[in-house]
Amino acid sequence: MNFPILSSLILLPTIGALFILFTKSSSGKYQSAKYVSLFISLANFLLSIYLWYIFDKNSVDFQFVENREWLSGFINYKVGIDGISILFVILTTFITPICIISVNATITNRLKDFLIAILIMETFMIGVFCSLDLVVFYLFFEAGLIPMFLIIGIWGGERRVYSAFKFFLYTLLGSVLMLVAIISIYWITGTTDVEKLYELGIKAEYQNLLWLAFFSSFAVKTPMWPVHTWLPDAHVEAPTVGSVLLAAILLKMAGYGFIRFSIGLFPIASENFTMLVYILSLIAIIYTSLVALMQEDMKKLIAYSSVAHMGFVTLGIFTMTQQGIEGSIFQMISHGLVSAALFLSVGVVYERHHTRLINKYGGLVSIMPRYAIVFMVFTLGALGLPGTTGFIGEFLILMGAFEKNILVAMIASLGVILGAAYMLWLFKRVVFGEMNNQELKSMKDLKTFEIIILSALVIPILFFGFYPEPLMNSIETSVENTLNMYNIDLINNLASKD
Amino acid sequence: MENFQYILPEIFISVSIMIFLLVGVFKKNSANLIYNLSNISLVILLALIINLSSLDTIYLFNKSYLIDNLSNYMKIILIGSGIFVMLTGSKYIQVINLNKIEYPILILSSILGMMIMISSNDLIVFYMGLELQSLALYVLASFNRDNLLSTESGLKYFVLSALSSGLLLYGCSLTYGFSESTNFDQILINSTEFNYGTTFGIVFILVGLAFKISAVPFHMWAPDVYQGSPTSVTLFFAILPKIAALSVFIKFLYTPFANMYDQWQTIIVFISIASMIFGAVAAIGQKNLKRLIAYSSISHMGYALAGLATISNQGIQSSITYISIYLVMNLAFFSCLFMLKRNDKYYENIEDLSGLSKKHPILSFSLLIVLFSLAGIPPLAGFFAKFYVFLAVIEQSMYFLAIVGLLATVVAAFYYLRIIKIIYFDPEKDEYEKSHNLGLKITLAISTIFILAYFIYPSSITEIVSKITMI
Repeated sequence: MNFPILSSLILLPTIGALFILFTKSSSGKYQSAKYVSLFISLANFLLSIYLWYIFDKNSVDFQFVENREWLSGFINYKVGIDGISILFVILTTFITPICIISVNATITNRLKDFLIAILIMETFMIGVFCSLDLVVFYLFFEAGLIPMFLIIGIWGGERRVYSAFKFFLYTLLGSVLMLVAIISIYWITGTTDVEKLYELGIKAEYQNLLWLAFFSSFAVKTPMWPVHTWLPDAHVEAPTVGSVLLAAILLKMAGYGFIRFSIGLFPIASENFTMLVYILSLIAIIYTSLVALMQEDMKKLIAYSSVAHMGFVTLGIFTMTQQGIEGSIFQMISHGLVSAALFLSVGVVYERHHTRLINKYGGLVSIMPRYAIVFMVFTLGALGLPGTTGFIGEFLILMGAFEKNILVAMIASLGVILGAAYMLWLFKRVVFGEMNNQELKSMKDLKTFEIIILSALVIPILFFGFYPEPLMNSIETSVENTLNMYNIDLINNLASKD
Repeated sequence: MENFQYILPEIFISVSIMIFLLVGVFKKNSANLIYNLSNISLVILLALIINLSSLDTIYLFNKSYLIDNLSNYMKIILIGSGIFVMLTGSKYIQVINLNKIEYPILILSSILGMMIMISSNDLIVFYMGLELQSLALYVLASFNRDNLLSTESGLKYFVLSALSSGLLLYGCSLTYGFSESTNFDQILINSTEFNYGTTFGIVFILVGLAFKISAVPFHMWAPDVYQGSPTSVTLFFAILPKIAALSVFIKFLYTPFANMYDQWQTIIVFISIASMIFGAVAAIGQKNLKRLIAYSSISHMGYALAGLATISNQGIQSSITYISIYLVMNLAFFSCLFMLKRNDKYYENIEDLSGLSKKHPILSFSLLIVLFSLAGIPPLAGFFAKFYVFLAVIEQSMYFLAIVGLLATVVAAFYYLRIIKIIYFDPEKDEYEKSHNLGLKITLAISTIFILAYFIYPSSITEIVSKITMI
């Protein structure tokens, strides 16, 4: 395999962005820019599907690895994927065209700049999931801040400046410590190549501090309680497409980072800090679910529900069981689809009625029946009804948690009930009930392109809810391998102590 | 006599200065001619130095003058940025009526002074070079003599700089007194044993140098001088004296005082941390872009000095890489500043950038790239500059310095973001002029592309710099 397929995946959106830079629009509608971006993102999606097709699911090794000399010869540009990262790559390439189609409705000014920002963002997001070198990872991880800052700041709501600054500074502050840790790893082991680091291992004495440095970055990005406060602000002020990107993909970078780096590189420290993660995750699940229950703003409610769902993810990862980690990955993919869909659904009514306050709505079922149906599917997906992807993720995570710590699992199960409560209550208040507000009567049901993007999300949510096998197949070997390495490292460490 | 071929660049520039002076006196209205001739002579100078740079270490004039990899590289970036400073500023000085014959001649003499500083291997030669560049800079700072701020900045710079030169000279005399030589190599040999005299000498010399590089706590002149001077001179201040001062720093720390590192390491670490934090915090409240860039340069000097505190070749190289990238970022930033012109008036407040992105998309995009790069966000060049410094700092296990430095970048990111916010998020104001001279456009294009594309081949500078070894 000589063709650099991963680099093409990473670079294609940027090349598309360059093309868009030179498109001109006489009417100010930027038709050509829209078509170029849609074409590029769809091509990227097909390329990633092809990648999945030729990907060997039974191999534990990283595949399609590219290794080039890059930084003064001591740090290489190295990319490659395994069963875990390929799913996130596909999630990214799947969500991006949906974002680009929905741009139609939500963005009116500076459309060209917006499309460029989204495509550049796609490059960075795919880069994060593909990179097999810590420095390359850091580069992509941080670079994503720039387009996201602009997306929130330029196209956001009223308090967009505050939210954009909060998002940027929070994430940057979390990440600088990770940079110190990455450089330290380089001097301790002589390499930042992830594969080599898996083989070499890092001495137990350094692991705790390094783990904490990585944790500070991932905890902000996840986001975990108590550093989650940037997320509701960012979501509320971001344009719909920005929220979708943020919820569906950006938050997954941290979960992916936990599996790939925290567990993979620092197994001993991960074992030491398991309880910390459990407690923070449980607080996230229970506390933010309660907060979500009380929200009056739809986007804020979904934002808090994201924090709770990500709490399940971190809980599942640190159970260190096959089910827990697989469940977490599944939950991340599921949340990527469901939260994207929910934000798009909110965008649909916001665009018609220009408010996100829940009490301004009611009885939408009578005037927007199609909308009511898709919104119901997404609501059920979010609360984890069997038959949707949400159920499988949460179920596996709880199974893993029961195996390790029954108390933790029981408290976490409460979160499932709370999740059902706030999602169903939201649905009831918006879609059912009396239509008190006469202005709502003028609202039209879904347009064609909205049906396309929303049904594009309904299909995978239901399909993988009933038949999760394709996804599970892909991650099984890699998770098994990660856990094997983890356990071997732990046993070796115990042996060296005795 | 055979020595003279090696200092041909210095001789060439001195002769050029004298000829230009004569031309200026005897030929009327020759300001433009001299400006262009100076630029050409700088290009020739650059060619002469590149021609010499293939040679190894050469001592000249009884070991008082040294040409080595360090001096060659520093001179090349010094003169290279000098050319771009002249190119970008040419229209500016015409518009604000400063196009006098003295202007290019003063710039050339100050460059000559810096070249002597960079190559000096003797306290007396070093001091001569330092004074030559400083005297030219005093006049340049107050060059817009009808402007109150400009005269103030010139005077302020003169008084404070004279004081620091005095301290420096005192340090030199102490060093001479206790090590019995003015030659750097001889001082190194003679100062193997600890004594208070040399320690005091080091402290005074470092104070003088810290003043020249505008590091905290000797930074107080910088904001006023940056704001008051004509913008083209501010650009000069922001780049060239820093290059010269940094290379003298390297020279002093690693040649005459190399044995005394336990005496100066803490001082450098302190200066570095103080500059990083102060530069970041003080810039937050600024309203004037030139003043803001003054504080930003203070904090950038903190990072450059952090590399020097490591006592390793890698640290020195990282500092040199840092200053190389820093100068490109400053060139780009000031090029943008020169483009904020409307009806023959230049604008330099942050509010003047409000909503710039609507009518000037390319200019705003360049500013966006420059500002994120100054903040050190990957994948732009500014990130790699910081990365190399921290790589060297952490190699020596100086974690405190690294963590403080990185936290300071977060604080600094705030005020860079504030400018970006004003450019991109705020309501728009009147349009600026869109026609600019070619030199300005080329400088902006080259520097922005350099910053943006640096990540494709990030070893470009490090490979050249890796030849510079001091230990």
